[in-house]
Amino acid sequence: MRVSRAETTLNYVILLAFAAFALAPVLTILATSVSAPLGESGGLHLENFARAWTVGGFGRSLGNSAVVAAIVVSLATVLSIGSGYALGTMRFRGATVLFYLFLLGMMIPAEATVIPLFFDLRTLGLTDTYAAIALPQVAQSIAFGTFWLRAQFRAMPSSLLEAAALDGAGPVRALTRILVPASRPAIVTMLVLVFMWTWNEFLIALVMTPGGSLRTAPLGLATFQGQYTSETALLAAGAVIIALPTVILFLFLQRHFIRGMLEGVAK
Amino acid sequence: MTATTASGHPAQGSAADGRSSRGRGADGHPRRPRRAGRPSAVARSRAAPLLFLLPAFAVYAAFALYPLGRAAQFSLFEWRGFGSSTFVGLDNYADLAGDAAFRAAIGNALVLILFYAVIPLVVGLVLAAVLRRGQVRGMGVFRTVIFLPQVIALVVVAVAWRQIYSPVGPLNQLLDAVGLGALARGWLGDPSTALIAVGVIGTWIEMGLVMLLMLSGMSRIPQELFEAARLDGAGPVKEFFAIILPAVRGEITVALVLTIIAALKTFDLVYMTTSGGPGNSTTVPSYEVYFRAFDLREVGSASAVAIVLTVLIFAINVGVTRIGERES
Repeated sequence: MRVSRAETTLNYVILLAFAAFALAPVLTILATSVSAPLGESGGLHLENFARAWTVGGFGRSLGNSAVVAAIVVSLATVLSIGSGYALGTMRFRGATVLFYLFLLGMMIPAEATVIPLFFDLRTLGLTDTYAAIALPQVAQSIAFGTFWLRAQFRAMPSSLLEAAALDGAGPVRALTRILVPASRPAIVTMLVLVFMWTWNEFLIALVMTPGGSLRTAPLGLATFQGQYTSETALLAAGAVIIALPTVILFLFLQRHFIRGMLEGVAK
Repeated sequence: MTATTASGHPAQGSAADGRSSRGRGADGHPRRPRRAGRPSAVARSRAAPLLFLLPAFAVYAAFALYPLGRAAQFSLFEWRGFGSSTFVGLDNYADLAGDAAFRAAIGNALVLILFYAVIPLVVGLVLAAVLRRGQVRGMGVFRTVIFLPQVIALVVVAVAWRQIYSPVGPLNQLLDAVGLGALARGWLGDPSTALIAVGVIGTWIEMGLVMLLMLSGMSRIPQELFEAARLDGAGPVKEFFAIILPAVRGEITVALVLTIIAALKTFDLVYMTTSGGPGNSTTVPSYEVYFRAFDLREVGSASAVAIVLTVLIFAINVGVTRIGERES
């Protein structure tokens, strides 16, 4: 299809303008993160990252985030594989109702659950624990994961399970030896998305850690912003440190991000 | 956590069953040979499905369904977060009607919908149409760059934009440089611009997601259709309205649901940039939930706002999807 030169030029102008808009804040923060901190002269200040790391205690908050992400991603994936398997390949009474109950979970905002969770877990003495930060996010991710993996398992040819049955496989072996390996791309997509959501989560982590000892990375940055308002260079360096894991993951696994975010939410 | 998008799990799913109908019979169930009473070819016991389902359901019910019910219960009481509580029926809801902060939150959310949903939809459609017509070098790079804001933690986004909007930040420097220095101000601190400033961040976040949704819709349009239109002498504008727009109706619905909900739930950004201020000028329902529960210690009122927010989200899901279906 031929496109006129004038139109091609206009297309580039539009794309470049919006690409510039998309990149401007990213470049601003990158530039600020290596700019001169308070009381120092210009030039490139790569040591900002090391200073932000110690001053902001990011080693600790990144560690907390890693623990929470590991719990949420592993637990949500294993549990969703089970529920997705049951709802995607088995017939039983109440399957439809249960499916809709899980679907409902994709619409429940954290704002609604976080208040009772905080007060109830406080009564049980469980606030300021990894479980308090992770389990509400596991529940959210199970709603998505069940929906996502049910669709995946359901789309697999039924001959796979029949062949497994002929080989004498039980339900567990058929799942772990056949369905899961054959669903690796869909499972990777889920891992990637759940990791990103957990890493970036703010409200749940904020409410569940009133003591501040288990601050996750985004909370660490929020606290840092509150304490060192005028240290823009260090603040920007901290922000870059926290954004890096998801951005790198995105650049390498772009296909999974895009597929999951488009199909997962679009169905 | 998502888009929520970037933050927040995907909050959509009214079109319950996936679009793919592979492997399904007329009744919508998996097309598998029936063996009396057996859940599946490999699962013989009737208990099997429940054993696989139960662990997930238990965690989900305990940490999502049950708290939602508790929030509904809390909303009927007056409680300061400790000590005794008083049953007040629907008073907390009735009070919201005359509550200035709550009304501001709803009003602000409506304005933010323009920035989070309507503008990104227009921008996303145009960008996707431009990319789809191809003959653009570096299409992949443009796609990646414009989608990037979706994956950055909102806290980081807030830090970046606070610097841009600061009285000595790059936006004011730019205005100065082009002779518009008179317009310079602290964009997030000025009541007349704070909400718009937050809204622009929303546009920045959501446009990439909408663009990709539209691109995936447009990829289903057969190339011949465009060629036929070309032969009939249709220009890019006519082509857009005659071919592209009708083909992406479904994606427009999905995009609107996701982005409208993101506008209502923009907690992280508001908390980090303006704390709802100046005054109530940038507060949103999700910020009101947090502020009431943990700063004002009005747990009942906060729960009422949370339940209203949840109902709104359900209604938007169902409502926008219904409209989308009727239009097509």
